[in-house]
Amino acid sequence: MSRSKFAIGSVKPEQRSKLYWMFSDSGVLIKRSLSHIVKNRDQVLGLTIQPIMFMLLFRYVFGGAINTGSVSYVNFLVAGILIQSAAFGALTTSLSVATDLQKGLIDRIKSLPIVGWGLLMGHVVGDLARNLIQSLVMIGIGLLVGFRPSASPYEWLLIAGIVLLFTFAISWIAAIMGLVARSVESVQWMGFFLVFPLTFASAAFAPTQTMAKWLRVFAENQPVTHVIEAVRALMIGTPIGNHAWLAAVWCIGIIAVAMPFATHLFRKYGGR
Amino acid sequence: MTDDAIVIEDLRKNFKDVKVLEGIDLKVERGTVLALLGPNGAGKTTTIRILSTLLQPDDGRAYINGHDVVKDPDAVRASIGLTGQYAAVDELLTGRENLEMMGRLYHLSKADSRTRAEEMLAEFELTDAANRAVKTYSGGMKRRLDVAASLIAAPPILFLDEPTTGLDPRSRLKVWDIVQQLVDAGATIFLTTQYLDEADKLADRIAVLDHGRIIAEGTADELKEKVGKDRLEVTVTKESDFDAALRAVEGAAAQSDPEERRVSVAMEGGVHEVKELLDRLERAGVKIEGLALHKPTLDDVFLHLTGHEAMENDQVTKK
Ligand SMILES: Nc1ncnc2c1ncn2[C@@H]1O[C@H](COP(=O)(O)OP(=O)(O)OP(=O)(O)O)[C@@H](O)[C@H]1O
Ligand SMILES: [Mg+2]
Repeated sequence: MSRSKFAIGSVKPEQRSKLYWMFSDSGVLIKRSLSHIVKNRDQVLGLTIQPIMFMLLFRYVFGGAINTGSVSYVNFLVAGILIQSAAFGALTTSLSVATDLQKGLIDRIKSLPIVGWGLLMGHVVGDLARNLIQSLVMIGIGLLVGFRPSASPYEWLLIAGIVLLFTFAISWIAAIMGLVARSVESVQWMGFFLVFPLTFASAAFAPTQTMAKWLRVFAENQPVTHVIEAVRALMIGTPIGNHAWLAAVWCIGIIAVAMPFATHLFRKYGGR
Repeated sequence: MTDDAIVIEDLRKNFKDVKVLEGIDLKVERGTVLALLGPNGAGKTTTIRILSTLLQPDDGRAYINGHDVVKDPDAVRASIGLTGQYAAVDELLTGRENLEMMGRLYHLSKADSRTRAEEMLAEFELTDAANRAVKTYSGGMKRRLDVAASLIAAPPILFLDEPTTGLDPRSRLKVWDIVQQLVDAGATIFLTTQYLDEADKLADRIAVLDHGRIIAEGTADELKEKVGKDRLEVTVTKESDFDAALRAVEGAAAQSDPEERRVSVAMEGGVHEVKELLDRLERAGVKIEGLALHKPTLDDVFLHLTGHEAMENDQVTKK
């Protein structure tokens, strides 16, 4: 047989366990998504500026008119803004998935001998990293405009855990939307319609007590509110009640359903 | 017994009410090239998508390297390389990063991925652009990178869906050369193309797909024989001579084209035939301007079999 570079078997795959490849494949695709963040700095900047504008808007324009009782409005606000930006930020997963679909990259990935959720996991983890950066920037800006948290280091760890768990869960939903929407244009609308009501009809910007009855029932029982209230309680010492464990249950439940469903969609319908 | 790398049996696929594949049977012997031809919408891409496990067939079976595409997709995926109809590379990454990533996803070691990426960049003349983001590449460069990506793990079976569409003549020759090297090295290649000269040059066997069925299959020569023999074309100098010329060659299965002042005659092959024809024309006092031997091309085959012109389709394909 010729010594051409194309000779079959001129390179051989490494022989490793299935489990090894599961980690290796998702690792390679996570690395890809992380380098997208570095190469796409403009996008990260855009995604960070928007919640900062919201924070300043609510802090200085609307905040004075909202009664948060004994808690200062800026202390009340930061948890809400943090979770809202995590939710909107997660939509970049939808965008990335839809872009990969449009560019045909998903077809190529599907023809490889790798785990079905590898590519999606890459985007979801990329989202976590992006969101972590964003959250730190936001907390920093918060401190500049009067945010005075009382959380202990241990509580900060819990906060980070909840925020990341929430981002992870909502990113998997975003992955599903990317696979269903198929085009970058429709994905933006779809995401908006999901995230807008969930984050505004919640305890993000105002206490739920003053909302209309029907809205209040929704706002107080939907997962985003539990997540926000849990983070807020840990940050500034408001009563935590059932919020922390309900938030965790919601997020884990969402992950348990959305992750296999997204993988199924990826295998069955992802493609042009 | 022949060793078939690809076996397709009665493959069927519908999209809602549209019947795309209506029972395809094909075999591709190991170490050979099969070119699948067909007008736009014939189902070429659909066939490749099923064979590369991207799409489930509705009925029928397909085996790649002995593995069932439906029952054992992972084994199939480990044996194939795929270059889809449209370039599928990560636009934000550089050319080198794309290839190294593909190497890793084909489960090559880190070191192998790196060397292979380097080799492929050199082979496809992309070394100079290796560290640039792919979004800055020209269409042809993207396409070359795309083909390179499917070769990174030197898979035994390759699917190439219109691999040279959009490439300049030089890049096309490059891809042809590489396909030839792959085959010499023992690979089996299943390709589709809109360029019939490409099929003629590369393929051991050609299959023509139309309306979801294989309507002809064989070597290029076998297909050409179906269309007809070589023809000798004579262009007469003066229009007034045209009728006389036609009378002179009468009986020799002639075809005529008065507008171009051209008469053509089927040939069995001997030189004496040419001489006799010219003698007859001379005796009739017909002056001739041009003489050409026309061999049937795959274009004639395509036209004859499908009733469409290949090139006309080609224009529609361009995005
Ligand atoms: N996902 C899909 N949903 C519905 N119809 C589809 C789908 N994919 C392909 N088709 C239809 O199937 C038929 C065959 O398409 P296919 O892409 O296989 O053709 P092709 O031979 O590759 O054509 P071309 O030369 O244009 O690439 C077309 O009529 C196309 O519209
Ligand atoms: Mg096609």
